[in-house]
Amino acid sequence: MKRSITRLLMAPSVILLLIWMIVPLSMTIYFSTIRYNLLYPGQNNFVGWMNFEFFLTDPGFFPAVANTLILLASVLIITVVLGVLLSALIDRPFWGQGIVRVLLISPFFIMPTVNALIWKNMMMNPVYGIFAWISESLGFEPIDWLSSFPLASIIIMVSWQWLPFAILVFVTALQSQDTEQKEAAQMDGATGWHIFRYLTLPHLARPITVVVMIETIFLLAIFAEIFVSTGGGPGYDSTNLAYLIYNQALLQYDVGVASAGGLFAVLLANIVAFFLIRAVGKNLTV
Amino acid sequence: MSYLAITDLQKHYDDYHALRGINLAIEEGEFIVFVGPSGCGKSTLLRTIAGLETSSSGAIELDGKDITELASSKRDLAMVFQSYALYPHMTVADNLSFALRLAKAPDAEIKEKVQAVSKSLQLDALLERKPKELSGGQRQRVAIGRAIVRQPKVFLFDEPLSNLDAALRVQMRLELARLHKKLGTTMIYVTHDQVEAMTLADRVVILNAGQIEQVGTPLELYRQPNSRFVAEFIGTPKMNLIPLDQAVKQDSAVELTLLGKSIAFPTSRLTGDLSNQTIMGIRPEHMHLVDHAADLTGKVELVEHLGSEAYAHILLSSGQTIIVKASARIDLADGQQVHIQLEVDEMILLNDQDRVISASTEGE
Repeated sequence: MKRSITRLLMAPSVILLLIWMIVPLSMTIYFSTIRYNLLYPGQNNFVGWMNFEFFLTDPGFFPAVANTLILLASVLIITVVLGVLLSALIDRPFWGQGIVRVLLISPFFIMPTVNALIWKNMMMNPVYGIFAWISESLGFEPIDWLSSFPLASIIIMVSWQWLPFAILVFVTALQSQDTEQKEAAQMDGATGWHIFRYLTLPHLARPITVVVMIETIFLLAIFAEIFVSTGGGPGYDSTNLAYLIYNQALLQYDVGVASAGGLFAVLLANIVAFFLIRAVGKNLTV
Repeated sequence: MSYLAITDLQKHYDDYHALRGINLAIEEGEFIVFVGPSGCGKSTLLRTIAGLETSSSGAIELDGKDITELASSKRDLAMVFQSYALYPHMTVADNLSFALRLAKAPDAEIKEKVQAVSKSLQLDALLERKPKELSGGQRQRVAIGRAIVRQPKVFLFDEPLSNLDAALRVQMRLELARLHKKLGTTMIYVTHDQVEAMTLADRVVILNAGQIEQVGTPLELYRQPNSRFVAEFIGTPKMNLIPLDQAVKQDSAVELTLLGKSIAFPTSRLTGDLSNQTIMGIRPEHMHLVDHAADLTGKVELVEHLGSEAYAHILLSSGQTIIVKASARIDLADGQQVHIQLEVDEMILLNDQDRVISASTEGE
């Protein structure tokens, strides 16, 4: 009796969430099996696996998958490693600690589009960017970052955007670390490095897992930074899956192929999630 | 030269003077207890000895070596913390061997030492467990084991029993006393619990407001306190402090006048000058309820029965309430008139500066 009332009361939200998920997913599956090109309206006949074939044999497909994974891995490594180091560094009290923390966190509040524009126009621009000015004042040729190292440029932008998130999580976690444990280690003869290695890192295992999981969700779908800065180019050098799907749907007006790409992206996300959870998820149980 | 010598140690926090000139000499193998109320500086003193706090001035010498500026890892001291501070990600065995592994001791030696310690503390069966799978008492034993395994010059204990329940505390107290007998290593122990201080210590250091109030064996402190603070701090229930109406020094005795009665106090025990307002101190067990008219008369306010004994709270005509120890079978009605006999031999006198001006009978 009590249980059925509970279920009854929960039903509206559960059903709403289910519809919210099921409808777009089934629409996407449906679109991926029909010819659906906005340039040829009315010819929506069933085509089977054809859309998938088009997407998988697209010249941009393998570069896009590779770029997606490289982008994901690089940004994860940069944000977690730098995040842990910077957090450990600013955990000790020093003069101006509050301001430094605010400055370290603030890039997270800048929207991705603005972030990309700042990097594109103020930092990496070969004529009046700060990097170019530094190169020139040191007597080197300025580098055109976005066309010479497009993917590396995107990685820098996205890392700058996501590092604050990692720092925010790690700093909070470090504040809950027991000081008596560190003092005990100090008396046991541990150096700063030993304390970091044997106490702080294990203490951060769970927050690192959380950061990796959450960042993975967002990093697989990076779009704004690419759209604003490199436009996926030159060639497919900075095209990731999200950008390739956008390319299919809104530049080539082929909703069918884009839907097939979308389903492939869902598959890829699941594979990545599977391995990530296996690799780092065991920390969650400790 | 003593084993651990502390000379004029001062500690300032930003605007707080935590330690105000500590001088203390500790001999090798002694069990020293620092005791005092919250905020008296006892933990700060211990942490300064450990090197976890830096002193503002003064010197600490251990075994003939100045360690004032030395990093805590180089002082050869081991500390047991209030929260135990076990390393949560390591097993009991790893916790015990951490210091040895950092010191790069040979594997065989580490294994042997860990085994010896875990056996003596009955931790053998727990070696592969993580700290959070242990009970409070077991964690406590691991923390002690982690200190023992290093064979340090001095053990430091920072209120190690305060997180345990009452029964376990009594048991661990005994184990600590046994451990000290077995190892014979110098131990410094901080507590706010005077029962721990009295039962464990060879010598007790009583701290008050960043200064040492008195140092002595538990019995010395109990029988011959230097000051009102020590007199009131040691002993449960507290010593009764009764202001005298008058104290007049005569040839053979000091005549104390208390609520119209007069008591003779031997002059030979007087060590200081009488002041305008002299206070008499006497412990509850040195007063006796008697049938006949005696030194004091009062009304029963309340009787606390503890089973083995009873404490009668008695209201004097001056309005002051004193506590008298009585036999467990005493039958007193509230408001009943009682007579109290004092043991003059056990009394102490305090002047208006709160200093004790009498010597105990033992000292004669």
